[in-house]
Amino acid sequence: MTSSIGKRNLDEAGRKLLQRTSRGREEFEDLVVVPVFAVLAALVLGALIMLATGVDLPTIGRSFAALARGSVGSLNAISETLTASIPLVLAGLGLGLGFRAGLFNIGAEGQLLLGGTAAVVTTFSFPNLPFPLLMLLGLLAGAVVGALYASIAGILKATTGAHEVISTIMLNLISFRLLEYLLRQPYIQKEGRSDPISKSVPPGGELPRLLTDIDPNLRLHAGIFLMLLAVAFVWWLLFRSKIGFAFRASGANPDAARYAGMRSGLVIVAAMATAGALAGLAGAAQVQGVLGRASPGFSAGIGFDAIALALLGRSHPLGILVAGLLFGGLEAGGRQMQVDAGVSIDLIGIIQALIIVFIAAPLLVRAIFPWGFSRGGKGGKKA
Amino acid sequence: MSAVTAEHKSAGAVAEASRRARQARVAGTLLIGLALLVLFVLNVGHGEVATFKLSRPRDAIVLPDLVVPGDFNLLVAAVLAFLGVRQFLRGGVRWTALSLGIGLAIVVMAFLVWATAGKSFSLTGMLQATMVRAVPIALGGLAGVLSERVAVVNIAIEGMLLAGAFTGALVGSLLGSWVGLAAAVAVGGMFGLILAALVVTYRMDQIIAGVVINLFVLGVTSYVSSQVFADARWMNNAKVFRAWKIPVLGDIPVIGPMLFNQNLFVYGALILVAIATYYLFHTKGGLRARAVGEHPRAADTLGVDVYRTRYLHVTLAGMVAGFGGAWFTLGSVGRFDENMTGGRGFIGLAAMIFGRWHPVGALSAALIFGFADSIQQKLALLNTPIPSEFLGMAPYIATIIVVAGLIGKSRPPAADGQPYTKE
Repeated sequence: MTSSIGKRNLDEAGRKLLQRTSRGREEFEDLVVVPVFAVLAALVLGALIMLATGVDLPTIGRSFAALARGSVGSLNAISETLTASIPLVLAGLGLGLGFRAGLFNIGAEGQLLLGGTAAVVTTFSFPNLPFPLLMLLGLLAGAVVGALYASIAGILKATTGAHEVISTIMLNLISFRLLEYLLRQPYIQKEGRSDPISKSVPPGGELPRLLTDIDPNLRLHAGIFLMLLAVAFVWWLLFRSKIGFAFRASGANPDAARYAGMRSGLVIVAAMATAGALAGLAGAAQVQGVLGRASPGFSAGIGFDAIALALLGRSHPLGILVAGLLFGGLEAGGRQMQVDAGVSIDLIGIIQALIIVFIAAPLLVRAIFPWGFSRGGKGGKKA
Repeated sequence: MSAVTAEHKSAGAVAEASRRARQARVAGTLLIGLALLVLFVLNVGHGEVATFKLSRPRDAIVLPDLVVPGDFNLLVAAVLAFLGVRQFLRGGVRWTALSLGIGLAIVVMAFLVWATAGKSFSLTGMLQATMVRAVPIALGGLAGVLSERVAVVNIAIEGMLLAGAFTGALVGSLLGSWVGLAAAVAVGGMFGLILAALVVTYRMDQIIAGVVINLFVLGVTSYVSSQVFADARWMNNAKVFRAWKIPVLGDIPVIGPMLFNQNLFVYGALILVAIATYYLFHTKGGLRARAVGEHPRAADTLGVDVYRTRYLHVTLAGMVAGFGGAWFTLGSVGRFDENMTGGRGFIGLAAMIFGRWHPVGALSAALIFGFADSIQQKLALLNTPIPSEFLGMAPYIATIIVVAGLIGKSRPPAADGQPYTKE
């Protein structure tokens, strides 16, 4: 990166200031510059992919305009963006918490599916309970089932050392089959249907829509408060509580944490359970707030997108919130793009994947964008 | 393994002995549980028979049907109970794996007898289907073996399979199946190279790199298939490789149709497994590769180029996975559908672990998974009361059990997943 010297046109005072605050500067680069460059580079590459598949330039222009309009261009767009970001942020918080504790939980998808199913089953089992009680009961069921399902991987890792990546992948695959089976059970399956689909969440179990007074089509629901509460809770848990300190310590250096008297097995199980609870909550919020029922694959890859989100947000609750809003915006804008410009929404998946490549390989971003970084910045840090 | 001898041994040996004793107990409990399962759930009425067809009427050599009386299952239950009790009485340290293997094999037989009781069932057809379904899993597992033997964890197999399937369909439609196959192998290799670059040169976390490649390939292939293929169907309509019957060998009853009357991909998978086994365990290059996987520092000191070895093998792994991916389109339906690999790459990863990071092991595990897969299809036809979903879960549950080391021990290469920085 020696060539970047010439590109640097900062005045002397600025450079001195930079040197004095070089530590802060590096953190700033890591937290802000890398993600911003990553998003920009991914959007540019997305445009190139559109070009390669025979989409002409005006259409590309229109699709980016539609992307912007569909994500923040109107009240409806903002409502859709926020609605899409709710489960993403909730699941992303769980994954970020896992990363902090040194656990790579790929199983959010399965935890989300089973948590959401538990929420549906719980709410339609007690249709006579009054509104807030039934809603809370559903959310609780989702969180508990998600936590229990994730704990399987946690307990296996703590007692036998089974790697959580493999066990959570397997638990995901198991959950897909399990859901398929559950949705065909007479108690759960919707009456008169032969395909696997569950009964509906009764009105008392739904997360109420917030903006129906303005326009009945606005789908933003009370899950947004749940999301904000979860952000605050995870922030408190990670940075202000004793168990959160244990999570971070065992993530940073498991041996040091163990010598300091932390019980590593307990930390692993607790971290996995908390992550699973958040993923289960994401599933519950999705079925109680948006979908109203469970069907195969209702998670729609949220559990995998959440991995990207947690990386982009640097496993920090506020970062995850921002990343979740961005991904929610891409999701909502992508739908608009498909309608307006006829460009498939699958493009959003490509952009999301590219964002993580650039985030997770800071060396690569620095190689592509040598400017914007202080000289000799150290890369290769794990997210 | 009595306490007296254990006292003289190191702490590690004691732990090892207690681990083995635990395994023997777990295996014994499992075997007795299976005996009860066969006795009470899989019981066939006295006098009922299960008919297995061993050949088709048109075959060159026609074998008579195999007729098994229902009392066979009582015998199976007795054998299982004997093996289980023996685990507890003798500690069973040496025979744990063998007993379990025999136990599981006869449980499967008992299951088939129970499911077909009073009906007839083509054993040959099911074995042939097993082999076909095992192909992508075996090739995925082999790709996993090649990259993990040089200590690069390869979660991206799923994406490589999908990329191979997509390229096979696209290029196969435009330029013919053989070019399509070559392109699928090349694109698989390209993703292997990308994975190697990300983890070796850019030192990205190996699991994140794998997840990213999976997401990226899924995104690109789904995007192109809905953006381009939806309008231009001729770009997604490749000619499929037909089965080639090997003369003489293909006429052997039962194993002939399974092994010698298949398409290119089945033969390819078997040959690749053989080559990989010979290469990894009987050549200089293979020894160096394994050294890089076990102790990269030592290998480096002895003059093995760790980075180059990793690049080479992960690229080769990608090519194998690309070949396996082409099976989905060029070896089966000729058309690409969004996410058509459906997690087969992850099952390949499971097969690799199950097969203890050995090509032949991965192939055997893939055959077991393929068997579970094809039996699941047959179950619906036979109208058994067991939900097919649970049978579908069995391979994953078995993998978790193996990873957790509850039964048997599967040890990854020592440096697996760790980046290496040259000094």
